[in-house]
Amino acid sequence: MSLITTDQVVLGLDAADRHAATRQLAQALVTSGRCTDLETFLDDVRKREEQMATGLPGGIGIPHARSTAITEPSLVFGRATQGIDWGAEDGPATLIFLIAAPEGGGQEHMKILAALARKLMRSEFRQSLQEAPDAETVVQIVDREVVNP
Amino acid sequence: MKFVGVTSCPTGIAHTYMAAEALEVAAREAGHEMVVETQGSAGSEPLDPALIAAADGVIFAHDLEVNDRGRFAGKPTIDVGVKKAISDGPGLIALAVAAVEEWRANPSLAAAAAAAPAGRAGGLATKVDNTASTATKIRQWLMTGVSYMIPFVAAGGILIAISFMLAQVALGENGAIEIVKYSLTATGDTASYNIAQNFDPLSLTSWAALLFVMGAASFGFLVPILSAFIAFAIADRPGIVPGLVGGSIAATMGAGFLGGIATGFLGGFVARWVSRWKVHKGVRGVMPVVVIPLLSTLITAGLFITVLGRPIKGLTDGLTSWLNGLSGANLAILGLILGAMMGFDLGGPVNKVAYTFGTTGLAAAGAATDAPQLKVMAAVMAAGMVAPLAMALSTAVRPNLFTEPELENGKAAWLLGASFISEGAIPFAAADPVRIIVSSVIGSSITGALAMLFGTTLRAPHGGIWVLPLIGKFALFLVALAVGVLVMATIVIALKSREKGQIEATRAVATV
Repeated sequence: MSLITTDQVVLGLDAADRHAATRQLAQALVTSGRCTDLETFLDDVRKREEQMATGLPGGIGIPHARSTAITEPSLVFGRATQGIDWGAEDGPATLIFLIAAPEGGGQEHMKILAALARKLMRSEFRQSLQEAPDAETVVQIVDREVVNP
Repeated sequence: MKFVGVTSCPTGIAHTYMAAEALEVAAREAGHEMVVETQGSAGSEPLDPALIAAADGVIFAHDLEVNDRGRFAGKPTIDVGVKKAISDGPGLIALAVAAVEEWRANPSLAAAAAAAPAGRAGGLATKVDNTASTATKIRQWLMTGVSYMIPFVAAGGILIAISFMLAQVALGENGAIEIVKYSLTATGDTASYNIAQNFDPLSLTSWAALLFVMGAASFGFLVPILSAFIAFAIADRPGIVPGLVGGSIAATMGAGFLGGIATGFLGGFVARWVSRWKVHKGVRGVMPVVVIPLLSTLITAGLFITVLGRPIKGLTDGLTSWLNGLSGANLAILGLILGAMMGFDLGGPVNKVAYTFGTTGLAAAGAATDAPQLKVMAAVMAAGMVAPLAMALSTAVRPNLFTEPELENGKAAWLLGASFISEGAIPFAAADPVRIIVSSVIGSSITGALAMLFGTTLRAPHGGIWVLPLIGKFALFLVALAVGVLVMATIVIALKSREKGQIEATRAVATV
């Protein structure tokens, strides 16, 4: 099972705010066939974001949701050309990780997302994604570090 | 130093794990050890109790209630939101280290915490996943109560069934009728039935009576334990007192397992509400010992008695007079109605009305051998045997539709059903009320109607297959019973398969 494909990497992300950015990234899931209903999924992400913004120190945004519109655990990676405000105290985010989980997915499915979440705390991992030259490299890094460690 | 911790967040897919990672890494970098229990959607692997016992301090970084918080009582604790751990893991570790040092310098802090009764929860576990949907949670709350209740059903039911068997051997065909007259409190005219004072190790009757009294005592706990552990699943330890007291009152009022489910939910939510009050520091110490149990019990039990007391009595009276009015009606229809009532709440008020209607008639029938009252009694008993037998059959035929404790209970249910102990089906009905009650009402009413149509009779108020000699046309009695059991088991399996099918359909989509 793959968490991410080259379709799910947006290296020149350019959006006015985090909602527009999330929409662009979620669109990639529709394209790759992992999201059956864009609006439902965006709604679920927005609800989570309203509880508390998911921006984190170090220029990270991790919008995420469990949604009935999602068919398998997925990651969309976005690298913004200009920082997007994601509600973090120390400033806007440039690395955006959109994490999508199917509603009612089994525990095995969730373990891969747990592993991804743990990796996000590692600065080496974030640094390598920051510097990745192309989508193919991003997919390789995630596969190597998270999917088949 | 050694630390343990718990992390959780609303969605349970990202922050929970990031916070755990941040804490574990920060602890390691500062030269400490830390293991975190992630209460998220990938399943919560509970910390080894030895690890908790060995820990110097505890860090909770959570947005949801910490499951089984009592495990960590009596240790210096840092309690923050989940984001704090992600943004400043090293800072939290430093805080925890300072707290541990403060406790070491000031032993009275540790003594005070150890004395607090909230400490040492022991290993009581719930089956609740805080990140699950509401419907799933309700089922998990019910399952927690059911899983603690099942041993009482098995112990009590088997004791009573063995007691009936022994009584049959000792006293002949009237054994099961005689044996239930025994108690621990009989005095005056019935003093000879006081088993505590008249136990004779050489008398088989005494042994049967002893087993019966113990089985009945175990059955007395079914509703209170169900209620207590539903409340426990909802509110953790504070739920136990209102749940147990409320459940005990529901049992005393004859409200049955549905009453126990009601007090369990009421007690759990009230206890959770009260225990979340922000109170003054001076009051905080007496919250767990005095305030929470007092208020939650007062509200739970008080509401149940005052609000539901009269409706339950009204329901009982109304149904009784309605049944009495039906006495002249078509016997098959009466059997259908009595059967439906027997199968509806399995020992609750509706069931009790039908049962009492049957046994009261028995007294009126006197020595007649073909009185309609004897047919009523036969229909009532046959219908009351349907639910436990049908559940036993369902678990045997389709084990994959049931949980492990349910399967165990299913094995005991054969004996309980055969002995006309409807309680054998309560764990199934409490775990999945709608599906089981619907199936039970249909199956039991068919058996009730058939028993009447066939003209079967019964001169004993209970006993199941142990009073077979007292059943008139017992072959037809067994046919009526078998038809109801087959019908109910078929419906249970169909309804449960559909539910499981839906769950698997969503899983299948998720793996595409």
